[in-house]
Amino acid sequence: MGVQAAAPARAAKAAAIDTPSRRAWRRLRKNRLALGSGVFLVLVTLVAVFAPWVAPKHFATADFLNTFARPGPGFPLGADFLGRDLLSRIIYGTRISLAVAVVSATLAFVIGLAYGVLSGYKGGRIDAVLMRTVDILYGFPSLLLIILLMVSFRTGFGGGMSTSPFVQAVNRFDAQVGGVLLIIAGISLTSWVGMARLTRGMALSLRQADYVQAAVALGASDWRVILKHVVPGLVGPLLVQVTFAIPSFIATEAFLSFIGIGATPPTPSWGSMIAEGVNSMRSHPHLAIFPGLALALVMLAFNFLGDGLRDALDPYSR
Amino acid sequence: MFVSIVRRVLALVPVLFVISVVTFLLMHSVPGSPFQAEDKPLPPQIKANLEAFYGLDEPLVTQYLRYMGNALRGDLGPSYLDRSRTVNDIIARHLPTSALLGVLGLGVAILIGVPLGVISAVRQNSWVDHLGMLLAVGGVSVPAMTLGPLLIWAVALKADLLPVARWGTWQHAVLPAITLGLGHAAILARLTRASMLQVVHADFIRTARSKGLAERKVVAKHALRNALIPVVTVIGPLFAALVTGSMVVEEIFAIPGLGSYFVDSVSSRDYPVIMGTTLLYSLVLVIANLVVDIAYTFIDPRIRLGDA
Repeated sequence: MGVQAAAPARAAKAAAIDTPSRRAWRRLRKNRLALGSGVFLVLVTLVAVFAPWVAPKHFATADFLNTFARPGPGFPLGADFLGRDLLSRIIYGTRISLAVAVVSATLAFVIGLAYGVLSGYKGGRIDAVLMRTVDILYGFPSLLLIILLMVSFRTGFGGGMSTSPFVQAVNRFDAQVGGVLLIIAGISLTSWVGMARLTRGMALSLRQADYVQAAVALGASDWRVILKHVVPGLVGPLLVQVTFAIPSFIATEAFLSFIGIGATPPTPSWGSMIAEGVNSMRSHPHLAIFPGLALALVMLAFNFLGDGLRDALDPYSR
Repeated sequence: MFVSIVRRVLALVPVLFVISVVTFLLMHSVPGSPFQAEDKPLPPQIKANLEAFYGLDEPLVTQYLRYMGNALRGDLGPSYLDRSRTVNDIIARHLPTSALLGVLGLGVAILIGVPLGVISAVRQNSWVDHLGMLLAVGGVSVPAMTLGPLLIWAVALKADLLPVARWGTWQHAVLPAITLGLGHAAILARLTRASMLQVVHADFIRTARSKGLAERKVVAKHALRNALIPVVTVIGPLFAALVTGSMVVEEIFAIPGLGSYFVDSVSSRDYPVIMGTTLLYSLVLVIANLVVDIAYTFIDPRIRLGDA
């Protein structure tokens, strides 16, 4: 009885306390542009998940009587050079873009956080070695590195010449998901580097913070200090950073597919659709323009969301 | 000063070494040979002859050393695809076009981005500022892949003002330069604005105002000069983005530059061209960053190389 009565009271008390995450949420709610972008991205995610039910046709259904059909009944946004419905292909294209966005962002966040905290919190020789490695990687032109990785992935894995069971398994899985696995691998091999640098800098200064020093003085283990006191302070800024990085992940995927080493046909990617559309730019410009607009809208939404998150999570603005 | 510049230049050697090794290994980790087309396999004897001709049957270390030895002497080897041309020929023929396009794109970025940032900062929180920054977010979010076809459609096809594609007269260069530069103009605008806002609250600006200088003079002579210092640092990375960005723009506008040639060699797996171009691009980027670093110390007397 007493326990039951205490639960709502505790909830009411908890609601009254102004925690940083509540403050952030309140501020984010006031930012219409960010909130609208968030809602838009949720909708796009739903479209991606339920693409087979949302899209009028399958992305690979060719209709040779209607090649280059203009937008109209039957083909809301027109049809491409094989008579495939452009709207359906754009809808299926959300899958690759969002998969790359979400998985690459998660990987960059997790790897960057772990690497940066280890380097910044441990310091000393570990820090020196880890940061030397990062510096060399940072000097790399990352897009060129991704191109090189993709070329060797695509020929190495995709050529079907390897006899190693691991390579064959990777190859099969990658083919099933339309090439997305190797795209994410290529992007993620470079994207964590910037996050690691940022995390390390913040971890370095957090280590000196009074409340962290206090925890250390009270005899908390390294693990406890890192997980309970250092990491929570890093999550906000890193979240903002990773949200701002998402448009570049999406653009990189589109770029790779545009130059023909990204998504494997017939799986539609906005990048490869634009590349196909450019071939008939003069006579059928809509084939390049519509997927381009989809690409820009999603990137714009992530940028607005990033702006909103930054303002909301800034501990200095009240 | 001189010693620190030399030290900085020497520090690039390991970076370039690692880049060359990684590029080389990735290109050679690929199973099979570049002559092994999937659809029409070559007779084994011819394949062996070709591999011996290009030295592909030797140990990797030997191949790498020979390649780099030649590269350092300015010879990047033959192209597998275009038998009559060497990689040097290809670069010499296509690089000038890309370089011109890159310079034009950089010009667009600076001429639009910096004034937009200054105006937004001077009129902070006015509608000009809000509109400018909204445009800047838009510019960052609209990739060349989207902007190029849109511009072609609106300006070349509908309004019929400029040619749709190809390269030759100055009219051909307008749309590609805008496509390439506009996104970077947005980045420069945001940066210039942030930097200006920091400077306009500095003491020396108050001094300039209180001694009765005209507002325009305060902005142009005192504020802008100092605000541009951080902007200079991004010109290095910006240059990098322009080089790689030109691949998309050249493809869209059918411009015969190195970027579109590189894309073609990627899809046809012409390894010597891929490797030579990657090395060249890397060298350009690394040098661009170095030049910016050094220029930075000349512009801002508070910074000295090697002290940090």
